[in-house]
Amino acid sequence: MRMGMQVQPILAALRRHKAATALIVLQVALTLAVVSNALFVLHTRLAHLARPTGTDEANLFVIRNGWLGHDDGARVDARMRADLATLRGLPGVRDAFASEAYPLQGGGGLPVGIKRDPAQTTRPRLAISYFADEHALETLGVRLVAGRNFRAEEIARTGSFDKVAPASIIITRDLAQKLFPDSPALGRTVYLDGPSAIVGIVERLQGAYAGSTVRSIDEDTVLIPARLADPDGTVYLVRAHSGQRASAMRASVAALLAQDRMRLIDPGEGVLTLTQVRETGYAVDRGVATAMVVLSVLLLLATAGGIVGLSSFWVSQRRRQIGMRRALGATRGDILAYFRTENFLIVGAGAMLGVALAIGANLWLMERGELPRMPPWFALVGALLLWLLGQIAVLGPARRAAAVAPVAAIRAD
Amino acid sequence: MLRYYLELAVRSCRRSKALTALVVMLMGFGVAACTLSYAVLRVAASDPIPAKSSRLFVPQVDNFGPAHNGNGQPPDQLSYTDAMALLHARRALRQTLVYPTNFGVVPADPGSPPFPQAGEAVTADFFEMFDVPFRYGHGWDDAADQGRVPVAVITGDLNRKLFGDIDSTGRTLTLDGHDYRIAGVLGDFDPLPRYIDIASTWNGFGKLPQVYVPFARALEQRKPPLTDYCSSTSAAPYVSDWNGFLASECVWIDGWVELPDAASAAGYQRFLVNYATEQQRLGRFAWPVNVRLRNLAQVLVDHRAVPQGSKLSAWVSLGFLIVCLVNVVGLLLARFSRRGLEIGVRRALGAPRRQIVRQFLVEAALIGAAGGVLGVLLTALGMLGLDRVFVPEIARLARLDAFLMSLTLLAAVAATLAAALWPTWRAAQVRPAWQLAQG
Repeated sequence: MRMGMQVQPILAALRRHKAATALIVLQVALTLAVVSNALFVLHTRLAHLARPTGTDEANLFVIRNGWLGHDDGARVDARMRADLATLRGLPGVRDAFASEAYPLQGGGGLPVGIKRDPAQTTRPRLAISYFADEHALETLGVRLVAGRNFRAEEIARTGSFDKVAPASIIITRDLAQKLFPDSPALGRTVYLDGPSAIVGIVERLQGAYAGSTVRSIDEDTVLIPARLADPDGTVYLVRAHSGQRASAMRASVAALLAQDRMRLIDPGEGVLTLTQVRETGYAVDRGVATAMVVLSVLLLLATAGGIVGLSSFWVSQRRRQIGMRRALGATRGDILAYFRTENFLIVGAGAMLGVALAIGANLWLMERGELPRMPPWFALVGALLLWLLGQIAVLGPARRAAAVAPVAAIRAD
Repeated sequence: MLRYYLELAVRSCRRSKALTALVVMLMGFGVAACTLSYAVLRVAASDPIPAKSSRLFVPQVDNFGPAHNGNGQPPDQLSYTDAMALLHARRALRQTLVYPTNFGVVPADPGSPPFPQAGEAVTADFFEMFDVPFRYGHGWDDAADQGRVPVAVITGDLNRKLFGDIDSTGRTLTLDGHDYRIAGVLGDFDPLPRYIDIASTWNGFGKLPQVYVPFARALEQRKPPLTDYCSSTSAAPYVSDWNGFLASECVWIDGWVELPDAASAAGYQRFLVNYATEQQRLGRFAWPVNVRLRNLAQVLVDHRAVPQGSKLSAWVSLGFLIVCLVNVVGLLLARFSRRGLEIGVRRALGAPRRQIVRQFLVEAALIGAAGGVLGVLLTALGMLGLDRVFVPEIARLARLDAFLMSLTLLAAVAATLAAALWPTWRAAQVRPAWQLAQG
């Protein structure tokens, strides 16, 4: 093979340019270390922000409604029920319910500890709850995979200080599997502040905390059949008919204000589509992903530039030798292959060093709590990428070398 | 001589335009990436109150016990019981209690709808302790705290929104349907990171609370805190109502004390130990005394005031600059070693090595400066897109000021000089006779 035959003379030539060779090797290694970690960060963030909430995000919106003056629980509950009746009656609205939080909010959901046994002394399993009613599943657009929906008569009024002890709850499949890994969870009784029967299991529903932080309980969600009559305020989740969200939003706020002006709805942040919520909820992830892409591209360009620069320099330095080889019968293809093999060897050495550096850098960042562990194939993909980049970068200088006429051997520069 | 070397450098750059452009671009991009990350990190990691940061402390008392606290540390916030005890003990030069809560502001004009507004319940020392500037009026005194007087301090922004740009002190502000007398209007107050209530919000760059009312008054109105933490597995009796909440071991109050020197800080630490020992004796804490007095810097670190992303990007940018530098070393090596003939002639004509070194360093500095100028331009350009990468609240605060510009230039020149050291040394090794014979 033509390439293989040239390795010996290439190594001999490189030995005469130890410094420059070492620098390119080092540069390729450093680039690989940074780029593979950056690609890994990009991968984790993209995977994170692509997670579905499980809801009909395209048609959902939320109204964060505050109450003016501190009413007692019964009065707040009456106002909430009147509001919900109004919202559900609007032409563009498909369904609505009241809760204390909404998906991708980044907080707000009530964390609950769930025990399998009331006498359990180990830490209860943590989950995030939504207060819900019989309209919640239809509003969110989540699919029931087992059991049944809440019934209207199950929905109780609850206050901010009341115990969370509903007779029935609906949980996500994710939580069901964690609570009962070996047997079906439907129909089982678990313990929050009191015993609750699992009457339904939904396919997927993210808790309100899911967002730019990574938690293992993002899909461990409990629906609690209650209206939280919190004097401080409530959240209305509303699902519009397909394509009617914008008009339904305007109509909803107008209808609520027309019904009762003694309420607080922030004109800016009080009414949000779930699309907007997703945007802000994952802003950090998107930002980091963008930064990683920009830096990786710059870094690869810089390395490619360095390879072009040094290769060109070497070509210009060796014009006479190239001419001599051509005069002695080497074809253009031979010269091209020479420089490409040289580049392959240099980048290969850099890549090997780089894989080690990349893994080292990842371990160091892991120790500082900045990154999880990177699977080694990220570094290998990075190595392949750099090797390709090297071959592309060297193509120009190598073509110029191949174009050197045999007569250059006897012509002074 | 410098002038002559500059001329030589310019001539050399003209001769190899592509190589020069490559080095300038590498330096420009490398330095710009670092400056941008630094600009953001500078905002995120800034000292919110430089004049006093060494004097401000957060007292912590472990009322959860080792079975329920986090990693053996006392909770970040105080329970009502402990907060009141520390406030009334008055063992610090100043002490204040803070909790964030939301108000409903009802404008005097019946045409404009009421709107929600983030505010804070604080005690009298708050304003002096945190160097809060007043445009009009002032805060309130201890008597107002004790008497639960309905007074309020509002920010300049809220004042403009409600009253226009006038002195509104003495006028009435309606919050949640209750009337408060405006005691003061704040001047330019915007500490970043927002350290005062960071234990409640865990967000150093959120919106500034616009309304401040006496702590005891807010309690009387049963204004709920934005966040509270009642250790989930605690065996404490169940909280059934507002008074039960106050009596509970739930933590929700941000306590701050001002201690002017090390001696008073040590004294306060002893006081905390004594207080917890007393509580232990009373049977409230059935575990070893566990108190902590954190200073402001520590509080910011513990609450991750500097977002993870900005630190990560600083590391990555630094990695990028290093790769650029290694690249530049290689390119300069190529560039300088091509000039053997020129060096040989100069050496043969009597130039000492020192002069060769000087000549090449001048050339490197010139290229570095060009890279720096490009770096400043790229930084300015990058500022426009910062909010796509970093938290917008922080990104919009990053500024390209004279300091940052000179830093960029200086870093580019210094880095290029550093990169040029070795290539220059190699160039200076050229032996005149050998090189001339070769040529």
